[in-house]
Amino acid sequence: MTPVELAAENGEIVSENLDGAPLALRGVTVSYGADPVVFSVDMTIAAGSMTAIIGPNGAGKSTLLKAALGIVSPLAGRVTCWGKPLESQRKRIAYVPQRASIDWDFPTQVRDVVMMGLHHELGLLSRIHGHHHAKVTECLTRVGMQDFADRQIGQLSGGQQQRVFLARALAQGADLYLLDEPFAGVDAATEAAIISVLKELRDAGKTVVAVHHDLSTVEEYFDRVFLINRRRMGEGPVAEAFTQDALHATYGGRLGDGLVARAG
Amino acid sequence: MGFEFVALSLPPLVIGTLAAMACALPGNFLLLRRQSLIGDAISHVVLPGIVVAFLVTGMITTTAMMVGAAGAALLAVILIEAIRRLGKVEPGAAMGVVFTAMFAGGVLLLEQSDTSGVHLDVEHALYGNLESLIWLDAVGWASLTDPIALAALPPELPRMGAALVLLSLLTWLFWRPLKLSTFDEGFARSLGLPTTVISLAIVTAAALAAVAAFDAVGSIIVIAMFICPPAAARLMTNRLESQVAWSLLFAALSAIFGYVLAGYGPLWLGASASVSAAGMIATVSGLILALAALFAPHRQA
Repeated sequence: MTPVELAAENGEIVSENLDGAPLALRGVTVSYGADPVVFSVDMTIAAGSMTAIIGPNGAGKSTLLKAALGIVSPLAGRVTCWGKPLESQRKRIAYVPQRASIDWDFPTQVRDVVMMGLHHELGLLSRIHGHHHAKVTECLTRVGMQDFADRQIGQLSGGQQQRVFLARALAQGADLYLLDEPFAGVDAATEAAIISVLKELRDAGKTVVAVHHDLSTVEEYFDRVFLINRRRMGEGPVAEAFTQDALHATYGGRLGDGLVARAG
Repeated sequence: MGFEFVALSLPPLVIGTLAAMACALPGNFLLLRRQSLIGDAISHVVLPGIVVAFLVTGMITTTAMMVGAAGAALLAVILIEAIRRLGKVEPGAAMGVVFTAMFAGGVLLLEQSDTSGVHLDVEHALYGNLESLIWLDAVGWASLTDPIALAALPPELPRMGAALVLLSLLTWLFWRPLKLSTFDEGFARSLGLPTTVISLAIVTAAALAAVAAFDAVGSIIVIAMFICPPAAARLMTNRLESQVAWSLLFAALSAIFGYVLAGYGPLWLGASASVSAAGMIATVSGLILALAALFAPHRQA
């Protein structure tokens, strides 16, 4: 581990500027009302890693992701991407929101949704050309949804909707992928399809961060974890940071005992 | 027939159609954002704003009305927030209380002020003065190419036309951000789109349509057109592009059939007087929605 990671392991405020890190949060605090939902969190996402953000319900996982993307404005703290301000790096970042945050009855087709991933390229008025359609079809094929391109999005199953969202993120052609609960309420086939796409991305040198709720698959799917319960509870490679002690501290009680026994 | 139609029926028909379409256009986005109630609120709140603007300036000009309506809308937003926070009332109820109270206040203000010189009274506030928007200089279809006669068209017509053109242009220009942020606000923000500005712009567009349409067609049509044509159009298609097109068609159909039915319907039924065009236009839009709800192809949610 680097000195910075060691310092982070010890729960210290990590102030070093990590120029290469695709995503770095420093002292990020978010509050919707009187109580902070996320309190003074430092997070450093290593390039080419696949990180699970885990923590109990209401721990601020989604909020942390939204703060990292500037979707919610932090009360305090700083977000940098590759050492630069977030605003200047948006074209390199893809986002998959929680499926439940969307009105799936919206009058639009699968193809249209994936086309939204090309927004930076298309802008306000440029014409959609054949190669844009080809890109959309390619992204749909990567998630196994090419036969559903002309369906209304409300006619899809939950797993299919999630794959469409992943296809939209793929269309963004980003270097950093932030996903909010991509496996929530999806069928096993979809879960397998999503994880294989995410691993392809990681193997191609991209960086993947996902809010994750299923502790039993953390070791299988991810190489790093970030534990949060309003505060940063731990961060590091799965083998080192995904420990029984860390889970106790994060979740309280005896949750996760069986899981971590396997990890040893 | 030619003279009578061009002078008496054509201007209100065109004004009614333009007003209906101008309101239906932003209504599509309000509907999909589940903010139709905001359209309702705007059209109520506009009244006290316009009355105050008239009392201050002594005239009815579009600019004064826009400023008055904007001021009233701002006051309404502040009041809604205050009631919601201080009274711990749910937002829908707070909104309902504020816009009804402000509309009632506008009615009282109107009754107490001397507006005899202008078309501004309680009845006009509700159902406009569509039937009286006649074109006295018209002598027949030829007047449509006569610049002098055209200059004497009711001013509501060019104003409504300008409002519709402006709203259509803005919708066309900002179509992608509008669609994106209405469908998936979080994703839109992650792209760096100014979603708060976009939300505000949609409400402002609705207010513009409401103010422009208000004194010609009254609040009944404005409220009906914000909601009925887009809601019926949603049931006709699963594409936003087609939904907007259908909503404009339904708005135009409501205005045309509503106006004709109001003028001639009672005669066909043997009655002597005609009925309120505004009321009939709103009723037709409601009927179209009912038919769409029963027979349209995409009813299943």
